[in-house]
Amino acid sequence: QQQQQQQQRRHYEELAHKSGFSTEQIKNLHKRFRQLSGNKETISRANLDSIPALANNPIKKQIIDAFFDKRNQRQDDEVGSLEEIGLEQFLMVMSHFRPPAHKSGEEERQAARRQKLRFLFNMHDTDGDGIITLVEYRKELLSKSGAIGHQAAKAIADAAMLEVASTNAPHMAPDDFYEGITFEHFQQILKGLEMESRMHIRFLDVDTTTMRCGKATS
Amino acid sequence: MSPRRGFRHPGSFGSSLPERGLLLLVLIVLLQGSLLPFGAASSPDVGHRDEADVHAEAEEKHNFTKKPFPVLSFEYKHIQVPFEISLWVLLASLMKLGFHLIPRLPGIVPESCLLILVGLLVGGLIKLAGQKVPPVLDSNLFFFCLLPPIILDAGYFLPIRPFMENLGTILMFAVVGTLWNAFFIGGLLYAVCQIQPNNPSDLHSLELLPCLLFGSIISAVDPVAVLAVFEEIHINELLHILVFGESLLNDAVTVVLYHLFEEYSGVGSVTVIDGVLGVISFFVVALGGVLVGAIYGILAAFTSRFTSHTRVIEPLFVFVYSYMAYLSAEMFHLSGIMALIACGAVMRPYVEANISHKSHTTIKYFLKMWSSVSETLIFIFLGVATVDGQHNWNWTFVTVTVVLCLVARVIGVVGLTYVINKFRIVKLTTKDQFIVAYGGLRGAIAFSLGFLLDKRHFPLRNMFLTAIIIVIFFTVFVQGMTIKPLVDLLAVKKKQEAKRSINEEIHTQFLDHLLTGIEDICGHYGHHHWKDKLNRFNKKYVKKCLIAGERSKEPQLIAFYHKLEMKHAIELVESGGGAKLSSAIPSTVSMQNIQPKKPAPAKPEDRVLPKLSKSREEEIRKILRSNLQKTRQRLRSYNRHTLLADPYEDNFGEFLLKKQKMMALDKKIQDMNNYLTVPAAPPDSPTLCRARLASGRETDFNPTRQQKADTVGPDPQAYSMKPALDSVPTIQVDLASPQSPDSVNILDEFQRSEQAAAAEEGEDDGGLMMKAPTRPHERCNAGEMDAGTREKLSRCLSDPGPHAEDEDEDEPFLP
Repeated sequence: QQQQQQQQRRHYEELAHKSGFSTEQIKNLHKRFRQLSGNKETISRANLDSIPALANNPIKKQIIDAFFDKRNQRQDDEVGSLEEIGLEQFLMVMSHFRPPAHKSGEEERQAARRQKLRFLFNMHDTDGDGIITLVEYRKELLSKSGAIGHQAAKAIADAAMLEVASTNAPHMAPDDFYEGITFEHFQQILKGLEMESRMHIRFLDVDTTTMRCGKATS
Repeated sequence: MSPRRGFRHPGSFGSSLPERGLLLLVLIVLLQGSLLPFGAASSPDVGHRDEADVHAEAEEKHNFTKKPFPVLSFEYKHIQVPFEISLWVLLASLMKLGFHLIPRLPGIVPESCLLILVGLLVGGLIKLAGQKVPPVLDSNLFFFCLLPPIILDAGYFLPIRPFMENLGTILMFAVVGTLWNAFFIGGLLYAVCQIQPNNPSDLHSLELLPCLLFGSIISAVDPVAVLAVFEEIHINELLHILVFGESLLNDAVTVVLYHLFEEYSGVGSVTVIDGVLGVISFFVVALGGVLVGAIYGILAAFTSRFTSHTRVIEPLFVFVYSYMAYLSAEMFHLSGIMALIACGAVMRPYVEANISHKSHTTIKYFLKMWSSVSETLIFIFLGVATVDGQHNWNWTFVTVTVVLCLVARVIGVVGLTYVINKFRIVKLTTKDQFIVAYGGLRGAIAFSLGFLLDKRHFPLRNMFLTAIIIVIFFTVFVQGMTIKPLVDLLAVKKKQEAKRSINEEIHTQFLDHLLTGIEDICGHYGHHHWKDKLNRFNKKYVKKCLIAGERSKEPQLIAFYHKLEMKHAIELVESGGGAKLSSAIPSTVSMQNIQPKKPAPAKPEDRVLPKLSKSREEEIRKILRSNLQKTRQRLRSYNRHTLLADPYEDNFGEFLLKKQKMMALDKKIQDMNNYLTVPAAPPDSPTLCRARLASGRETDFNPTRQQKADTVGPDPQAYSMKPALDSVPTIQVDLASPQSPDSVNILDEFQRSEQAAAAEEGEDDGGLMMKAPTRPHERCNAGEMDAGTREKLSRCLSDPGPHAEDEDEDEPFLP
């Protein structure tokens, strides 16, 4: 029994080293993982698909896809998707949403920002060729088209694409073709958003209920 | 202001001198004018003269028949009050005007300082003239007339998102910080007063409760002063919302402390129960204020649902409901400021969806106008009241107060930040703390509260007032003037002026959904989750009740897109009149560059005829209307009550408004470049023009267009405006998107109506010139715009052929 616990702890520490979470956070996430998978070693798409709270999310499919995307596992150069993910992969995807470290230098911030943006980029770049094409962009917006009209979504995607194109390649000959948003251009257009500090959620350190200072919702 | 001075080159310096001379003259006249009435009003023999008047009148009645009818009579008293109010407002406005006319000055001294100086000067002059200074900063006047517009302006345009994201920090500073300040200052002040053995007796007589009362009055950061200073230093959004939010929310604490201490300083002792009641009262005051505000806000939103037929009075509802919220809250001694903030913030999203674009502009301008006049008046009155007040100068008290205020603020901010930073993701750096501490300006609210004190309960009221004034002057002058250089020195992050791009909006929303989703997967409900729940509730129920018609279902992204489109349209119209806009030449990128070149076999629908989307259609319609209205508006008779029922007249007014805004627009060209997200290119490079034209790919040659171009072409002024036309390509975002067959009809219709418009315009040439001789080139602009529209339309109609370049040579009017 004790040996098993020891092993478990070592396992956690290893994971903590890889993903950057603390062991408490990993313990919490593991608990959730088991809950989602029904006490199995791996999670499948169907497991995530059945989370009730996710049902209303307009980008549910993209979110689930992101978990099974090999590119988000921080082992570079692999494209494609997995069928099932284990705890480690789960944590790796989650680690993109860690809050920025307390005292981080400029370089670390840049790295964190790049990594977060890369995650977003991968969500849009569905075919994994390193470019978000207009078709992909439209599709992403159309995924919300329950709310947005079909035409409007297209118009918006076109306008957004045109904006990217004119920002990054202002002087194009009429025969040139802007294939799509590369990662560099993606970074460029989202420069103003301060992704490194915005794209995060609070992971629980302790098992008790949340301890936040009074946030009224009026 | 500084960009504007940037435009002013040295040569124009001389031309502004006569302006200033004129202004000075007006001022002198005004001053005399404002002195005289006071003299008349307050000279001791007024009553006497009155009696004489009455006698005379009585006599007049007796021999009524004998007197001839007075052709011209003079009665100043009749109009005295409104006249004097107008004079003060005029003085304030002229001061504001003059302040911005003097070059270089706004860069050094904040407006608020200068206005206080003006107030001192005016007060001094009135005193010198031997008159009684009117009680200008009377508490009723201040709290019922001057303060609400400023707070409403702040509440209505409150940036909700950063405010909510930092609500915890703001509340911490506002509640705990203010409490700390009040008790620290009050307590230590009392201690200092007691310590000195050889102190004159009046300080010794000071008890603890008046000290605490004084502390609670002096510790609250003042929104008016903060706004006045922070608007000029353009600090980043986080710091701005922290300091400004604190200044708004600490009102509840101030109100409670004030009433608590005022109540008991007569009695002299406070029990624990009173303290507990005070805490409860704080929650009642704060939450009650928010509740009252929210109720009125929802009422206003609900009312605005039904105003589509009487658009003229739409803005009024916003103002009246907000004011009533303020008054209702004040009635129960709740926090009026919080009520106003809540009211403005709650009603805004719904009201904006309901009212017309023009009403929105009206609201914006009225709020800005009122708040800036109020602010100016407050600072001037502060100066006047300083001269007027019976001062009780006590070196010890004043010095100790100023020092304690500074110390308490610094300790409070540093200590609280230490706690807050444990919970914050984005930590507050030392620099941030410094700015937050240094930005804690005190202002007229403190003075008015001090003014309210009862002399019987507080024998040292005058000493309090003097100390309050000194603290205000110290913070506004010393801190207000040095904060700007300090911000530069410390290289604190400034506000980015750039407008949001579509992409940023898309990704912000995407991120919201993503974070909500990830939280859901994690299985714990953080604030993204609750925000999402709230949004959903809002969309599902609240919007349906409060927003009329289709727009209630409009998602945020579409709303944003529409706003953007509206702006484009306005810019397009304005660019017709602004030769300066030629600097905002867009890039050569057009839809063709991002559309897939060859129809991909998988997606054949991408290569169908271009079509006009609904929004585009609306835009073109707008442009056509603004051309048409010139001829139409003459036929219309003026009707005060149906100003907006008539789209043509509506647009005409809008057009005039835009004309006036042109001046401001010139300044904003830089912004707009950002907004169009396109770097400016040299306006007349032939290759560029060619390329641009080619990107349009006109294969279809439109005869009306040529005709028009020929008539317009010879006019040198119109010709020089050609570059402005080129802003068309960027705006045409979705012309090339696939179409459905029915859109052809729309195009035809446009074509027809446009030709009709052109014909009509041609006929009306002479008449129009006679009607508006002062705007000769507006006509050319209209012509220009017409050409622009035509070009657009022809582009929509044309199927982009493969040999666009060949056609270029045929164009007679472009290089």
